[in-house]
Amino acid sequence: MAKLLEIRWHGRAGQGAKTAALVLAEAVISTGRHAQAFPEYGPERMGAPMQAFNRISDVSITIHSHVERPKIVIVLDPTLMSVANVKAGVPDDGIYLINTPLSAAEIRKKLKLEDGKAKVYTLDATQISIDTIGRPIPNTPMMGALVAATGLLTLDELIGDTRIKLAKKLRPDIVDKNIEAIRRAYQEVAS
Amino acid sequence: MSIRVAKTGNEAVAEGMRQINPDVVAAYPITPQTEIVQIFSSFVANGKVDTEFVTVESEHSAMSATVGASSAGARAMTATSANGLALMWEIVYIAASMRLPIVMPVVNRALSGPINIHCDHSDTMGARDAGWVQIFSENAQEAYDNLLQAVRIAEDKNVLLPVMVTMDGFIISHAMEVMHLLEDEKVRKWVGEYVPENPLLDVDNPVTVGPLDLYDWNMEHKRQQAEAMIQAKPVILEVAKDYAKLSGREYGLFEEYMLDDAEIAIVVLGSTAGTAKEVVKALRADGVKAGLLKVRVFRPFPAREIAAALGGKKAIAVMDRSDSFNAVSGPVFAEVRSAMYGVENAPKIVDYIYGIGGRDVTMDHIKSVYDDLAKIVKTGQVERALTYLGIRE
Repeated sequence: MAKLLEIRWHGRAGQGAKTAALVLAEAVISTGRHAQAFPEYGPERMGAPMQAFNRISDVSITIHSHVERPKIVIVLDPTLMSVANVKAGVPDDGIYLINTPLSAAEIRKKLKLEDGKAKVYTLDATQISIDTIGRPIPNTPMMGALVAATGLLTLDELIGDTRIKLAKKLRPDIVDKNIEAIRRAYQEVAS
Repeated sequence: MSIRVAKTGNEAVAEGMRQINPDVVAAYPITPQTEIVQIFSSFVANGKVDTEFVTVESEHSAMSATVGASSAGARAMTATSANGLALMWEIVYIAASMRLPIVMPVVNRALSGPINIHCDHSDTMGARDAGWVQIFSENAQEAYDNLLQAVRIAEDKNVLLPVMVTMDGFIISHAMEVMHLLEDEKVRKWVGEYVPENPLLDVDNPVTVGPLDLYDWNMEHKRQQAEAMIQAKPVILEVAKDYAKLSGREYGLFEEYMLDDAEIAIVVLGSTAGTAKEVVKALRADGVKAGLLKVRVFRPFPAREIAAALGGKKAIAVMDRSDSFNAVSGPVFAEVRSAMYGVENAPKIVDYIYGIGGRDVTMDHIKSVYDDLAKIVKTGQVERALTYLGIRE
């Protein structure tokens, strides 16, 4: 149990939180570890707040309930900070990774996490995705930031697996742009 | 030996259907089953299977077309959920009484109303007396493994009954996890060529299918149908044994988890069994003699075997993910308690209805069930025979 890592993604429907959770699980599984990815399905309308979840472990995972106490929280849309309770169930030493132009210190203040036990990372993933991919789809750069912040995967593992996955759906030049977004995010994420 | 992949339950079942390569699939989409049909139709379009894929206008037609194809001599499949199964109802019973070895994945979803797309077992529990073999799955791996075994069970000459293979809607159907696929060739060889018993298309040996059968012989025919379900039990075990040789994964009529020396245990079906196993592990670490019995085969119901496994325990909780609205209990409880009647040293036995309409069932919920059982053992008193787990009242 101690080795079970749980992650909660906050996004708005259409932003790719579910896809990001699936991509992460697949990449982790390809390294020989165990993982689950599952979204919360509510009313399906574009822009509605939604959550997706991951469990990661070295041994097989049999739990099939919702994630209630995630160690890691990832927020894909900064406007969700005032809508969703992103701190719900997170331990004091939890890890927050927020897509925002604000600094980690500013987010720490907003979330009342000034005692310093929690780790807070920020990244302007929306801007990076506009610069590289040409569209505001923050999930891909957030994957790069997650890997940089947590070491769950190496950058090469993430890029290798993402390349295979995206190549099935996208043109080679679009795949390259997504990879560039991951690399930039990996560099730019700050605590 | 096998291929380690990351798949959702729906993807796993669609892959299994591709490997089985049925002659005919007639299906209609319904959440949360839709992906199975959608992915399988892409296999058809891309020439990965030889299947005749019939896009019908409703589930009633899906089951009717599947019955027609199976009667003609085809290996025929369909898949559905909840209200789709309800709309098939009339033909579901006919498929069983015609002894057609149809295999149907059912992605468990609450039957309306109120309308709800999430998991409970009201759909397949409603069909429990339809004459189909019913096999429940805990996760994507089991859904895949059970699907492959279902073909051999259904087509066995001593059985010739349709088989439903279930998995929990969204919780399993839409969740990605690690599973192992077998190689295509191995599966095709193991499942084998289907040789139908009395196909309509065998024009040299004409048969009548579905004739009127009144009080002169109907009862004998229904008795034969009942006999087929009795015969299914040993066949399910033989097929499981042979499947273990192929896959390395062993299955029985039910799974016993830390049950041997357990004093308190829960009986559960589907994905919640996995969550409960973690609770059992934690309780065992604290010295509590907790165990679990996961029912895999609900039809035929392994009454004698379950009674043997639970006899001598002190207290048992049955977990029902549907309600019978009989003012007594859920359907699994009724079966289990009936199985325990007359057993020496029978345990105290209580029912928990849980997870209705997709209500999440957490480890804390399950822990509270074991706590209740411990209290029953301590006091010797059953305060509540039926509890709606986590209900707000």
